[in-house]
Order: sequence, then C-alpha cells, then structure tokens
Amino acid sequence: MDRYLLIISTLCFLAAILHTVIELRAGVFRPMRFNFFAVGLGFIFQTAFLSVRGHELGRCPLTNLFEVFIFLAWSVAAIYMLVGPAYRLSLMGAFTAPLVVLLQGFALLAPIDIRHPVKVPAAPWLEFHASISLVAYGAFALACIAGVMYLVQERQLKTHRLHSIFYHLPPLTDLFAAITRLLWWGFALYTLGIVSGFFTGHPLPRVQVGAAVGVWLLYAAILQGRHLRWLAPKRVAALCIIGFSAALTLLWGITFTAQMHPLP
Amino acid sequence: MNLFCIGLSHHTANVATREQFAGGATAESIVREAGCTEALLLSTCNRVEVYAVSQRRISTDRIARCLMSKMDTDPHDYAPPFYRYEAEKCVQHLFRVASALDSMVVGESEILGQAKKAYESAKTSGAVGPYLHRLFQRAFRVAKQVRTHTDIARGAVSVGSVAVDLAQRIFGKLSDCKVLVLGAGETSERTARALISRGVSDLRVSNRSTDRAVELAQAVSGRAVSFDEWAPQCREIDILITSTASKTPLLTPEKLAPMLRERLDRPLFIIDIAVPRDVDPGVNELEGVYLYDIDSLQSVAEQSLALRRQQVAAAESIIAEHVTDFVDSISRGLHPASQTAELASLAKNSLRASEM
Repeated sequence: MDRYLLIISTLCFLAAILHTVIELRAGVFRPMRFNFFAVGLGFIFQTAFLSVRGHELGRCPLTNLFEVFIFLAWSVAAIYMLVGPAYRLSLMGAFTAPLVVLLQGFALLAPIDIRHPVKVPAAPWLEFHASISLVAYGAFALACIAGVMYLVQERQLKTHRLHSIFYHLPPLTDLFAAITRLLWWGFALYTLGIVSGFFTGHPLPRVQVGAAVGVWLLYAAILQGRHLRWLAPKRVAALCIIGFSAALTLLWGITFTAQMHPLP
Repeated sequence: MNLFCIGLSHHTANVATREQFAGGATAESIVREAGCTEALLLSTCNRVEVYAVSQRRISTDRIARCLMSKMDTDPHDYAPPFYRYEAEKCVQHLFRVASALDSMVVGESEILGQAKKAYESAKTSGAVGPYLHRLFQRAFRVAKQVRTHTDIARGAVSVGSVAVDLAQRIFGKLSDCKVLVLGAGETSERTARALISRGVSDLRVSNRSTDRAVELAQAVSGRAVSFDEWAPQCREIDILITSTASKTPLLTPEKLAPMLRERLDRPLFIIDIAVPRDVDPGVNELEGVYLYDIDSLQSVAEQSLALRRQQVAAAESIIAEHVTDFVDSISRGLHPASQTAELASLAKNSLRASEM
C-alpha cells in the first residue's frame, strides 16, 4: 500500500522532468512555478510514505537498502525545498528531479525492499546516526547538482556558445556560493553523523569506519582547498561530483554490508 | 463600425519614404481631417501607423494625405507601400507590433514604451475612445504576457549590451565588481557607462595619454590609473575592458597567469574590443578567465537573435488566443443588443489586408 505513495511521488518528479524537457525543446523555460510545485508535491508523498513506513516499523524507516534510497531521495528533495528558492536556484529543481527519480525508480524496481524477519528494535542513537548522515548526503547531492550546473554554465561561457538554458542558470558566482554553503552544511551534518555513530553501542566495522572517514577527509580537503584558495571554483565543482559519487558508493557498501550482516 | 490600421514600416518602406510621412500629423488631426471616430498615431523610427475606428470606410489615400509631412507632395508620386489591416487582422497586427514580433530587432523592448506613449498622447488629445482604449490596453497586456511566457526578449543583441549581460551572468550583482577600462576609446566608454548603469561603482581608467584617462575617469566618476601600472590591477579587478591601438597583444597568458594565482576563486571577465586585439586569445584557456573579443561578442548577439526568432511561434500562439478572445469580447461588450449585426461585421468583416 505504502508503495503507491512512492509511485505517485516518483510520478510527480517525473512530471517535473518532462516539463523541463518539453519546455527546453520548445526553447521556452519557466522552471519556477511548475517544477517547484511538482517537486513539492513529490516531497509530500515521499514524507507520507516515510511516515507510514515509520509507523509500521515503529522506528525510523532505515532498515534496508530500499528505505535508505527513499530516505536519501527525501533528503535531496527536502534540501532543495530549503535551498532552491532561497538562493534563486529554481532551475536546480530541473536538475534535482532526475536524481530523485533515479534513486526512487531504482528502489522501486530492484528487489531490495527486503523486510527483516523479526521486528528491528528502536535504537535512538543508531537512527539518529543514520538519518543525519543521510540528510548530509542530501546536501552533498545538491552540491553535486550545483556543481553540474556550474560546469554547464562555465563551459558555455568559455566556448562562447550560449544555449537557451544559459539564460536560466544562475550566475557563476551565485552558483559557487551555493556550492560552498551546501558543502559546509553537508560537512557539518556528516561530521555529526560520524560522531554519533560511536554512540550507537554497536561495534563498528573497521572498513565502514575507514571509508566514512575517507569521504569525510575528501570533503574536508575540498573545503580546505576552497578556503585557502588552492582550488579554482571549476575544480571545486568537479570535486563535488566526484565526492558525491564516492559518498554514494560508500552508502551502498554500508547498507549492503548491514543487510548481509545485520546488527543484533 | 470599421476598425483598421494603415501604415508603413521598415518591412515595406525605406527610411527616405518613411520620413515623408513621419511628424506631419497627430492623432487629433487625423480624427479631424479624415473623419474618423477614434484615431491613434504610432510613429517610431521604424514605422508610421494609424489605428482608427470610423463609421464608414476611409480610404488609405486619405489617411496617407493626413500623414504627409510636406503638403506639396502627392502620395501617389511615391507609391508608398502602405499596408492596411482591418478588424481582426488589425487587432492581430497591433498585438504583434506591441510584442515586438514585427520589430527590426525581434523582441526589443522599446516599441512597447513607444506604443504606450502614443496611446497616452492620443488619449490626452481626446482622439482615443472606447474601442481603441480597449484595444491598446489589451495589446499592452498581450505584450507583457509574451515577454513573460516566452524567451522573446532573452539575451542581448548588441555588442555593448552583450558585454553587460555576460558580466551579469558571471557575477550576478555588478555593484561589487571592480572594472578597469584600458584605452579611453568611444566603445569602451559606452560599455563602461552601460556597466555603471547596472550598478558598477569601482571603475578605473588607464590610457597612454594620461589626460584622456583623467578626462574619462572624471566623466564616469572613476579614477585614472597610470598606463605603466594597469597590469598589476588584474590582481584586483573583475572586469577588464580593453580598446587600445596597440599593434601587439598587451596581455598574454604568461603575463596574466602569475596574477591569477592570487585571485583563484574569483572569475575575470575580459572584453577585448580592440582591433588588432589587445589580449592574446590564449588567455581564455586560463582557469577562471572569460575572454570575449569583438567577434565573439557579435557571435553571442547573433545567437541571442536566433534564440529570439525561435520564440516567434510560441508568441504567435499567445497572440492568436488573445485576438480571438478580444474580437469576441468587443463584439459582446461595447455594443448594445440592437447593434449585434454591426458588431458581427466588425468581428467577421473583412479579414482583408490590402496593400496600396
């Protein structure tokens, strides 16, 4: 039953993509209202799904890979809702929707919604650790999307070939400011997530801890390079994409391992 | 009741012909001399058009005579290519004109202001009645909708405005940008003024002739920089406009690269409008540097124009909806029930567009 909510949510994000594609093909692009409305509606259905699933489980719905993907998609949409309008990054909705559809589409199609045979007891620290880390992933995802937008805009400016989308993307400096803010938010939340992991009361697998610290170090290096002006904005944007890919791989690894070797 | 438009524009007449009919009449004089019920004269550098309402048909010749600026010339001598649109076609033509679809530069914004001014002038003189009032109010609404819902006005189409537009695409707000004008020529002065109008407040001018640099700096409320010291300014500035008469490039990648290390997180936008160029094209390969010479600015202007042309179909469909709606509404709203037949004639009558 709760999967229907998720299907409706995915359709909302899909509508945002179709709208963008149709408008871009026509050379007319007004992302603000429709995309924000579609993503907003999709977000409401995502929230409804997580709420229903959470009540059913009696805990934060992060018990399998399926739920992790949905929670991540929800985080991405939530941060877009907060960041997009605030930083005039309305077009980010057009870039956010495909990522959400990809995450939710995969979660819905792949046989990964495997319920635990026994009810997983509530563990506040573990739930806090997992959820805050995923919200951090949401911020990193948005930084990655802003990075893609930056590279698209930068490329057009460099080559002197300006397409219709050029006039709808935010100025380079605004995009870079947004990337920096998202990186700081993501980094702070991720740090909180890692630290809270040590309070879960469960022994943490060394490989997972090592990989998590590796991702943390990568983002710390990006921020340090940005702060000390060692890295040019274009490189920061590119590293945001690499960083998120690494973070996503790690998330996959952690969740996969957790499913193979569930905590007692 | 006849609603019609008679005029000539850059599409049908050259400037020599257009000027024969510009400035010779007012909306009021057309009402008086041609016997119209209502009239409005739209006269710009690209068109001279009369929009009028009359009880009986008024010939194109008669309107042309009213428009003649020199009374001793017969309009037939010129065989001026006047066009004439009636009823629905007239409504459609006005909506296209106000939306800048009929302009020389498609999507330009001036025509709407000029149409509003013409309307105000005719209204003040009492030449505008209920028909033209509703027609023009709707035309302004349509033009606004076309500009909002299509990309018809997107992108700059002149070299100077392209430079300013690109600066805004890179930096967003220009109020915090530092600009250096290298070479106090006319084009760079115009570009600098355009940047100032968009909020730039820190402007520096450098020229081989210090007097000219000081003169321009004073004119644009900037400050003069000695020509020997312009290069180190690249550490601080955000926008460089160059237009010197130098035969060899003044700025090369080798010269600029060390300075960029100190400003790695800030883009540098270089507008090189000099011929021969002041800046080595290799500079564009440096990270964070966006170099535009006169050809690339021209190319961007052409791309914008092409983009605008792609929007014409979308704009036309908005206009078509409004034309149908307007013709229906004017048929219903302005006439008493007894005059229904007459209304229908305005709406359905004569989709003619005759040319003289």
